[in-house]
Amino acid sequence: MSERIREKLNILADAAKYDVSCSSSGGTRKNDNKGLGNSHASGICHTYTEDGRCVSLLKILLTNHCIYDCAFCVSRKSNDIERAAFTVEEVVSLTINFYRRNFIEGLFLSSGIFKNADFTMERLLKVVKKLRLEERFNGYIHLKTIPGASEDLLREAGLYADRMSINLEMPTESGLKLLAPEKSHEDVKRPLALIQNQIIQFKDEKKLIKSTPKFVPAGQSTQMVIGATPETDKDIMQMADVFYKNFSLKRVYYSGYIPISNDNRLPMIGSQPPLVRENRLYQTDWLMRFYGFHVNELLNDANPQLDADIDPKLSWALRNLQFFPVDINIAAYKMILRIPGIGVESAKKIIQARKFGKLRIDQLKKIGVAYNRAKHFIRCSDTPYQLKDYQGTQIKSFILAESQSKYLKNDTQQLNLF
Amino acid sequence: MIYLIDGSLESLLCAVFEWFERKPGQISIQLEKHHQPDVFRPVLKIYNDSNKADRVWKGLQKKLDKNWMRRFYCTFLSESTEAYQHLFEFCCYIFFNPNGATFNYGNPFVLSLSQISRKVEREKHRMEAFIRFQHAEDGIFYCGIEPDFNVLPLIMNHFRDRYADQKWLIYDLNRHYGLYYDLNRVEEISLNHDEEKRLQVPAASILADNEKLYATLWKDYFKSTNIAARKNTKLHVQHVPKRYWKYLTEKMGL
Repeated sequence: MSERIREKLNILADAAKYDVSCSSSGGTRKNDNKGLGNSHASGICHTYTEDGRCVSLLKILLTNHCIYDCAFCVSRKSNDIERAAFTVEEVVSLTINFYRRNFIEGLFLSSGIFKNADFTMERLLKVVKKLRLEERFNGYIHLKTIPGASEDLLREAGLYADRMSINLEMPTESGLKLLAPEKSHEDVKRPLALIQNQIIQFKDEKKLIKSTPKFVPAGQSTQMVIGATPETDKDIMQMADVFYKNFSLKRVYYSGYIPISNDNRLPMIGSQPPLVRENRLYQTDWLMRFYGFHVNELLNDANPQLDADIDPKLSWALRNLQFFPVDINIAAYKMILRIPGIGVESAKKIIQARKFGKLRIDQLKKIGVAYNRAKHFIRCSDTPYQLKDYQGTQIKSFILAESQSKYLKNDTQQLNLF
Repeated sequence: MIYLIDGSLESLLCAVFEWFERKPGQISIQLEKHHQPDVFRPVLKIYNDSNKADRVWKGLQKKLDKNWMRRFYCTFLSESTEAYQHLFEFCCYIFFNPNGATFNYGNPFVLSLSQISRKVEREKHRMEAFIRFQHAEDGIFYCGIEPDFNVLPLIMNHFRDRYADQKWLIYDLNRHYGLYYDLNRVEEISLNHDEEKRLQVPAASILADNEKLYATLWKDYFKSTNIAARKNTKLHVQHVPKRYWKYLTEKMGL
């Protein structure tokens, strides 16, 4: 018995690992029934894999049998791999026993499609209902929405899950059609919109009737595979922006394509996953969500790709030197946020601290500003007087000279002649 | 001038009280057990008095909001002499200035408190993440820890709310006390030397087969969820510093 369950866990955890989402934040379930589990508002990462990704949930597929044949997926029908399927009881007992030992925050349950969408969604629903109703489990549950499942099933699932997600897979419709002819972006948009409307409806009802149950309290997310098809960063981020706006998503995840197939439409097995690009896309995502940047400021027709060697905020600043230098002691919060080397926390501290007196360089350093980077873009009360105006390219070379990118370990810099 | 405190919150608050009574100018706070007498500086030993401590605490409550009271307490739990000194200076600064002085991040003590308390909160969060319970035969889920700071008081509510239907014990092996939950309430307990030893014994030798199975399953899961093509040891160690590996089930016997 134990050998079989080990085997299944290995197969089904291995197949689920390409879903990057592992966040457990935003859950609001409280343990008020003396049951098991209590949500932690900001989520907890219980450990990290050796590739540095957070492990917060037990992330597994219910089964890796699948009727679809999407070229980018390990579980595709035509792939010759071991197949397995958990029973409902097995998933429940694994989740509960891991949770009791403080290994995990909850469950991330996805599945290959067996038979049809409704059949699969029903099985997922069974697991969640058993956890919530029979085991009185208040931990986090992230459930995959199965495209094409009936509205009633989705509505019911939303009552028990904390987050639901459905993957866009490819950033553009044409890319998706190329690799997964059976799927389309429309199939994703419909359930996203349905759940979104339900969330709004439940929230409105909650204002009137206090006992309204929770409905997907941690919101929805989606994921795009990047580097498998030839989209530009601009296409990707504009698509993300549209989805953030239209479906009020909590997160869009970008997953660098890891070669798993010999299909000639895709990068070869053994080629490096695009880790730097992925990192830059996440940086752009953060700039859009927390720093007040519009996607078109960072990526537009003149600059359709992000720089690999510098981050998008610095690259924006170098393209827009007319806004700099910014005087730390008088500038608005919005402008301080845009200075390379200053983050949200430092910006807030600066705004509060400057009411008590003009800020100096040493104070900025202590507050946590990356001064070596920021110094080219700011003025504070004791900034040395500087006659010369530097060009963007010069500033860039100053910054690159004193910083070392963790990604470009062995880059051989060209020597200067003079 | 040196003020000697015994390391309790009460004695620190009394030191503040004594200073305002005498106003002796610049002083340094030292722990009684670490103190080496010298010829040049006079010493004042602080005697604990709950009335005085209460007055200072109430005074702070009037001046500080809830977040800052928590930061104050967290900084205290860091248990370093430097932190005690900064807490003392912080109190003086707060009492001498009007409300809202905590926004002055240009002040070294305000900044220091916000930074030290963050370290303590981080350690608290790590304990919430890295504690791995083992299920003993008598039904108690137990775990021994050695946190950098004294974070047990901070993690108590988290574990009480989360594991309301199981008995658990979290024991701080460095500070020799622990929290025990008996399905109704959490108690502070201390064990004798032999019992502490038993907490450190690896699970396999004293526990039931079931426990071994779940430990193996968890290790398996940890291995299969890793993507080898993306290996990034530096980031891994940054998130899970090596000093915590000894508690982590997934890191045992690798």
